[in-house]
Amino acid sequence: MITTPSAAAPTETKPRELMLGDEAVATGAVDAGATCAYAYPGTPSTEIFARMIAEADARGDITAHWTANEKSAMEAALGASLAGRRVLVTMKHVGLNVAMDPFVNSALLALGGGIVVAVADDPGMHSSQNEQDSRFLADFARVPILEPATAQDAYDMTRAAFDLSEAIHRPVLLRLVTRLCHERAGVAREEARPQNELKKAGPLKDWTLLPANSRRLWQGMLDQAGEIEARSEGSPFNKRSAGSGTMGVITSGIARRYYMEVAPELDELPPHLHIGAYPLPADAIRAFTEGLDEILIVEEGYPFIERQLTSLLGSRLKVRGRKSGAIPEAGELTPGLVRLALGFDHLMDVNMPPPAAIPGRPPQLCQGCVHRDAYAAMAIALEEYGPRESYVVAGDIGCYTLGALPPHQAIDSCVCMGASIGMAKGASDAGLKPALAVIGDSTFLHSGVTPLMDAVSHDTDMTLLILDNETVAMTGGQPTVLNDSRLEPIVLGLGANPDHVHAFNAHPRKTAELGALIKAEIEHPGLSVVIIIRECIQTARGKKKS
Amino acid sequence: MKLNAVLAGVGGQGVVTVARLLAQAALLDGLEITQGELHGMSQRGGTVHAQLRMSDQPLESPQVPKGRADLIIGMEPSEALRFSGWLSPTGHIVSAMAPVENVPDYPPIEGIHKAIMAFDHSLLVDARTIAKAAGSLRAENFAVAGAAIAYLPIKLESLEACILEKSVRWKERDRDAAIAAMKVGYALGLEAHAAKV
Repeated sequence: MITTPSAAAPTETKPRELMLGDEAVATGAVDAGATCAYAYPGTPSTEIFARMIAEADARGDITAHWTANEKSAMEAALGASLAGRRVLVTMKHVGLNVAMDPFVNSALLALGGGIVVAVADDPGMHSSQNEQDSRFLADFARVPILEPATAQDAYDMTRAAFDLSEAIHRPVLLRLVTRLCHERAGVAREEARPQNELKKAGPLKDWTLLPANSRRLWQGMLDQAGEIEARSEGSPFNKRSAGSGTMGVITSGIARRYYMEVAPELDELPPHLHIGAYPLPADAIRAFTEGLDEILIVEEGYPFIERQLTSLLGSRLKVRGRKSGAIPEAGELTPGLVRLALGFDHLMDVNMPPPAAIPGRPPQLCQGCVHRDAYAAMAIALEEYGPRESYVVAGDIGCYTLGALPPHQAIDSCVCMGASIGMAKGASDAGLKPALAVIGDSTFLHSGVTPLMDAVSHDTDMTLLILDNETVAMTGGQPTVLNDSRLEPIVLGLGANPDHVHAFNAHPRKTAELGALIKAEIEHPGLSVVIIIRECIQTARGKKKS
Repeated sequence: MKLNAVLAGVGGQGVVTVARLLAQAALLDGLEITQGELHGMSQRGGTVHAQLRMSDQPLESPQVPKGRADLIIGMEPSEALRFSGWLSPTGHIVSAMAPVENVPDYPPIEGIHKAIMAFDHSLLVDARTIAKAAGSLRAENFAVAGAAIAYLPIKLESLEACILEKSVRWKERDRDAAIAAMKVGYALGLEAHAAKV
């Protein structure tokens, strides 16, 4: 349907800035008076920090640092909170696994400055290795959650999360999902709140988790549960709307918008409860379900609310959702899936094939990418070893993971940040030879140094290739946490044998030479490290342009 | 009034840039908008798509429901066609003509063009020629964006203002070319859907 171009009346008078959901989190934190921010890049959370750095550069009174990994980001945040300042920590969902130790323990402390941990889940796994739901991890740590539905919510809730964190002296998790992180919409900012004064938090026994202190703090946390639940019950982010019929709908976060997209097609709107603040408001849910005989739960991610509802309500009601199968448990929500769950037929989301055959266009390593040279050289080095079943090339997370696909088909695994090195060690110990590990520079700094220490300590018979493209390429070319010229000294500093540590400046014309070097090091019956260096073609082009 | 568009192209072509410009222009015109895209994994040379919804009323789903898109905006013709399943029965395609043949089995372009033109009041834009004539190959996207707004409730002046803002640090030649290409595209777009019932 084409509408004649016309000037529609503005629906709001406040000036709105077009921004990503991610950027709304950053501006929310700035306007909430955050003094510090820490992050490791990870899609779809990266753009939060891109904006945070831009704000920090423009203002001069905010510290925004990329960190080595999510754990060190969370720990830096604890230090800032101890100093009484507000601090934002951002990461993708699997980053929270890395940060889990300080995250869980931070919930026991009596925080000074508010800590907001913004975690971006990736339902549908658009660019992740799993679709884990951070609400479960927050629940495990007994950390309250705010879950925005819109970019405006992302701004408002980031601000509210700081206030909440300081009111209860616990961290607050802001749960984001890919569609919201990467959605642009108009966002209106409110007047900024000044930053906190420098004021060391205390008493320090509330920051020292010795068993005697921990037992007291844990009991205190359990005793506070009622107060935190009461805040959820009264939260403006949990909204009930009247409706008719005996089926009620509970939505959370962005799922509300899929539901609201299709709900107008119903003859009459059912009673609706939207959840934006956790822990779940148990009383509000009990009151909502009175007189109903069926509940449909529409939530993005795992069936988090659905599982809790069964224990909250018993078997009095028929509960439908992603656990019951009303909506598929795997994958991202769509308006069409919600439509089906509401009992409509398959009108939308029918995937009509294009009227002509369209070739697939899988992502691939760029022309001129150093990883192409590295994989070509590795193929030369491994020519005489075979079959593939007899040796192992453990891969890692980065652009070079595309080496798993044709035409390279060069790596055997990709599990989590840094896993390649430990896996190559274990495979070698168990008898798979040669054992190679392939890891990028930033991933090495994130989680590769400690497993390399293990390999050094036993002089494990394995060959580590560090693909050094001098940037965090996959997430858009952020700087690595240390200058890449430091990689070789780090490897040597761990105690690797200098005769078997090489830094090689790669060039397509030197592929045979690199192949011979890798082959020689494979034949060395101990640990070898080859650092293959050439700048990412994209960041090199970017520099040329500017 | 509610309008759903899907933008498609090959990584590196500027799909996200165009989506963002159109979103900015719509916001400037006082519309409610939601514009989303997926990126992350190294997408150079891979399929990239973005979604843009605009309305004079509040909008809900950030995803354009399949079968409910009013317009597909293609930076590359086979990519535009890949998303034709999103189109409503009355939807249109506006796409650049030139293929990106970075795959071994790219089909004959004539078939792709024909399939696009089979959609009601669709338009193939010779963006490369327009951009060349305008003085800069960087202007290709703006020719397509200009053509697209003839199908969208966005004012030409609003898009022009957004392009000027974006190109403020560009060379004057590139900036002038972008505006010129946008205007040529817009004229073609108006013509193509003028015959619409």
